[in-house]
Amino acid sequence: MSGLPRATELGLIGCHVCGLVCRSVPGDERLDGDGVHDAMACPRCGSTLHRRKPNSYTRTWALLIAAFLLYIPANVLPIMRTASLNDIDDNTIISGVVELWVKGSPDLAVIVFAASIVVPMLKFLSLSMLLLSSGRGSDWARPQRAKLYRLVEFIGYWSMLDVFVVALLTALVRFSVLSRVEPLPGVIFFGLTVVLTMLASMSFDPRLIWDGRNTDD
Amino acid sequence: MRPSEALLICEHCDTVYRRRALARGEVARCARCGFELDRHRALGVNALLALILTALIVFVQANMWPIVTLGLNGQYSATTLWGMIITMWQQDAQVVAVLAAATLFFFPLAKMLVLGWLLWFGRLGRRAPGFAPLMVGLHYLGPWTMSEVFVLGALVAIVKAHNYFDVVADPGIYAYAALTLLITIFAGVDLRQLWHQTPERSP
Ligand SMILES: [Zn+2]
Ligand SMILES: [Zn+2]
Repeated sequence: MSGLPRATELGLIGCHVCGLVCRSVPGDERLDGDGVHDAMACPRCGSTLHRRKPNSYTRTWALLIAAFLLYIPANVLPIMRTASLNDIDDNTIISGVVELWVKGSPDLAVIVFAASIVVPMLKFLSLSMLLLSSGRGSDWARPQRAKLYRLVEFIGYWSMLDVFVVALLTALVRFSVLSRVEPLPGVIFFGLTVVLTMLASMSFDPRLIWDGRNTDD
Repeated sequence: MRPSEALLICEHCDTVYRRRALARGEVARCARCGFELDRHRALGVNALLALILTALIVFVQANMWPIVTLGLNGQYSATTLWGMIITMWQQDAQVVAVLAAATLFFFPLAKMLVLGWLLWFGRLGRRAPGFAPLMVGLHYLGPWTMSEVFVLGALVAIVKAHNYFDVVADPGIYAYAALTLLITIFAGVDLRQLWHQTPERSP
């Protein structure tokens, strides 16, 4: 037992919404967060009290898999069509990055690549790893895993970058037959992927990283 | 069930701490997981209210003024945020239109109005009507505002368009950049502190 007591050991429970510290009822399974018998409410803000986010593993896996399935068409399908007098060109996320690189903006190409490819992939890999290792109750690299979770939560929404780029170009490039930009289905899949990965990282409970075995204490 | 105000529980690992007052510039981090538990807030309620009022004015401008103008052979085309949202809706990308309207308009606006409302009453030492549900609402709104992503997106769009068109950055984009700065300042507002600063039972 380490010198840092956890809420469960002291018979306490913290409200996940407002942070109020409440006395927990030992053995009351309504507080285990299985989402079945949610009956106890925070006296201050009225939110349901949970020891852990309800159904964290199932929910996070489901959202993560759904996000990954949508990420495939988001990358394969074109996200934007540029049409001019004599030429129609369909762009995917990757071809947009390549275009930026070739046309002399390698710095922005790197930013867009990071936001659209690296961040979603990092989210898929990190959350899967966190789900698997926490599910086994592993105590491997806990502080680093906690840090990784915070990173994933912090950078997740930057992936929306390309969606806004397409939206803005569509609204701007409207020169009748001379030059037009239209959104294509890839951008919708991509927007939904970002929303689902954000929901996935929100439904993962970082407290799970610290539950389970302790070999070092 | 007796709520204990003297204790603090780390949101990320459930470690229990005794709450203590922080000195200027101090940040309390969880010894187990490194999560930021608490930090000293230099801005008082009045300063925060002034910031939010400024942000609201800048927000109105950012939404009314055009963001960028493109030129091609003497033709010009400009757009505002709502112009962009409506175009996406008409171009069969309703999902994108709804996402943009929510994360760039409705959520940031709601956040500023609610925070202003709560702080206004907090300044008078009272809890605003609807205090608890509004606080819960703010908690869930947290990560869903994306003005700063939009500013970067506008920059990328400008660079992309620059290869084919004459590009003029309009006042709207500067207003957006200013708004992003203001939002980062008051994003640091510790909502949970509002629970402590105002008495439990309001008149
Ligand atoms: Zn609560
Ligand atoms: Zn912690």
